[in-house]
Amino acid sequence: MKALLYIATFLLWIQHSDAATIDVCADCETNSIREGVVLAKAGDTVLVRAGIYYVSEIVIDKSISLIGIDQPVLDGQNLQKNILEVRAQDVLISGFLLQNVGLSYTKEIAGIHISHSKNFRMTHNTFQNVFYAFILQRAQYGLLKNNVIRGQSVDETKSGNGFHLWKCTDIRIESNTIEGMRDGIYLEFVKNSHISNNRSRKNIRYGLHFMFSDHNEYHHNEFRENGAGVAVMFSKFIQMHHNDFQYNWGTASYGLLLKEINDSEIMNNNFEQNTIGINIDGCNRINYRGNQFVRNGWAIRFTGGCYTNIFEYNNFRHNTFDLSYNSRLNDNKFEANYWSEYTGYDLDRDGIGDVAFRPVKLFSFVVNKTPETIILMRSLFVDLINFSEKVSPIFTPDALKDIRPLMKPIVW
Amino acid sequence: MLKILKYSFFDLMRSRWSYIYFIFYLLMGFVLLFLNNDVDKAVITLLNIIIILTPLIGTVFGIMYYYTSKEFTELLLSQPLKRSTIFIGQYLGVAISLSLSLIIGLGIPFLIYGIARSSSIFNFTSLLIVGGFLTFIFVALSYNIALAFNDKIKGFGFAILLWLFMAVIYDGILMIVMMSFQEYPLDKFALGAVMFNPIDLSRILILLKLDISALLGYTGAVFQKFFGTGRGMLVSLSMLTLWVLLPLWNLTRIANKKDF
Repeated sequence: MKALLYIATFLLWIQHSDAATIDVCADCETNSIREGVVLAKAGDTVLVRAGIYYVSEIVIDKSISLIGIDQPVLDGQNLQKNILEVRAQDVLISGFLLQNVGLSYTKEIAGIHISHSKNFRMTHNTFQNVFYAFILQRAQYGLLKNNVIRGQSVDETKSGNGFHLWKCTDIRIESNTIEGMRDGIYLEFVKNSHISNNRSRKNIRYGLHFMFSDHNEYHHNEFRENGAGVAVMFSKFIQMHHNDFQYNWGTASYGLLLKEINDSEIMNNNFEQNTIGINIDGCNRINYRGNQFVRNGWAIRFTGGCYTNIFEYNNFRHNTFDLSYNSRLNDNKFEANYWSEYTGYDLDRDGIGDVAFRPVKLFSFVVNKTPETIILMRSLFVDLINFSEKVSPIFTPDALKDIRPLMKPIVW
Repeated sequence: MLKILKYSFFDLMRSRWSYIYFIFYLLMGFVLLFLNNDVDKAVITLLNIIIILTPLIGTVFGIMYYYTSKEFTELLLSQPLKRSTIFIGQYLGVAISLSLSLIIGLGIPFLIYGIARSSSIFNFTSLLIVGGFLTFIFVALSYNIALAFNDKIKGFGFAILLWLFMAVIYDGILMIVMMSFQEYPLDKFALGAVMFNPIDLSRILILLKLDISALLGYTGAVFQKFFGTGRGMLVSLSMLTLWVLLPLWNLTRIANKKDF
């Protein structure tokens, strides 16, 4: 056993002793990054000193570390080419400012383009004026951390995504800041990935966009003021928890848009002041637990056949509409939530209201049919018809009620 | 006119009802804040009350004041005074004293609970502005009605009916019309219809503050422009001003012609 340890240490030492460091700067021996990369062997480190480097299509086809010191600038001069292309395993790229990739209507070009790569780390890079910041295709086991991406997108057709992942597995996207892109983070056919602690703001389409990506987890992210919030579509086994969805305003704007999502958990998220907190379309077997819905236009809106969803221990506070429902049939369970609109009593003082709460108001039914009637919101007449509907439900689904509404909001 | 205004104002200030009205708002403010402890939520609750109550109180007060001070008015009419001066003076006396009761009555509890330091100070001030507008509008309307009917009971009935119509029936009719014509583009109609009802107008003003996230959910471009920009605020405020001025103009017109 001990011998084995010695051998291992020895092997490590050999590997270590092999690794060389190549310095790149304006007046070094090696003065271009391309040259530095060509000179480097697998396991070497290329240190790039501060300065502006006009580069494009640098292909990294061996396992090296490319490290920027004092944030050197890699300028793509708007040539419509990728700046860095990663084609090897075990690559680290860190500490650069990448800019001016250019705009293309036919190609997907990025600051860092990663293809068929494994075990890579991309950290502490800053992107500005890039079409896409990262494109990853068929990549595995990667870490994308502490990157800052800033765009000035105005038009969906003329802009790209912050992180664009296609057919990847086991990727971690952590602690990045993404602003002003088309989609902050876009995942398509991505599996077993974790997205956490990111801040995705002011993107013109979605803060996070998810397609055909099963078994992923995203948590502790902040999605704010995005054009259309966050969209999760056609995926299974998704874990979403401790995220913030705030200030996503507009006609097609959702805190969270769920379409054809099955068997997922949505827990402890905070939905604040969105036009629609969660829009649920054709989603089954999802548990919603411990979420906060504060001052949204619609806290939850069902738009398609949704079955066996369970809503427990959520707080619904001061939403214009807590729930909007488009059919008479209900197979979803609402139990033990706190509703700020609840006016019932609790005679036995066990913290649970003695009369059931009906979250669907007649007025929300009317607004569903005739959207213009929204102008009558908070009118005395509307209060009257809501009250009469509450007493004897005719238009709203009879079974849709919370039989154990909480008297006090849940505090964590 | 100032003299008459002053007389009416102090006459009302001495009357019991102004105090009751003032104390009512004072108590309501305290109770709301005591129960909620959340200034923001208290403002929302208050909105529902103010939009219904200030028009009602304005109507009832206006009409009562006219009929009870009728003899004094007739005495004034025999003096060398312009008729418009007399009536506008009286009108302003009633409207200002009512608005003061509202603003001071609600202002005190909210100030004590720290509205000045909270973020809802703007919501609260717009609430008071709306309350003031509604008082001025409905006192003017009730004066119009009172001048049109010599019979006290008839005038009273009509005034209450007017309030009921504006507060409840109008919205009901609007909703039925919109639902039966839902195949047609209705956004212009909806906005236009709202302009003809001061209670709806002030409701919209407050909605712009409180429920903007829901209002922006509707897809019509007209709504978008109206709610999404400062235009909605501007249009509704100027419409409210018109709602004060038009009844006043009509008031002087009737007053000048009426045979007492």
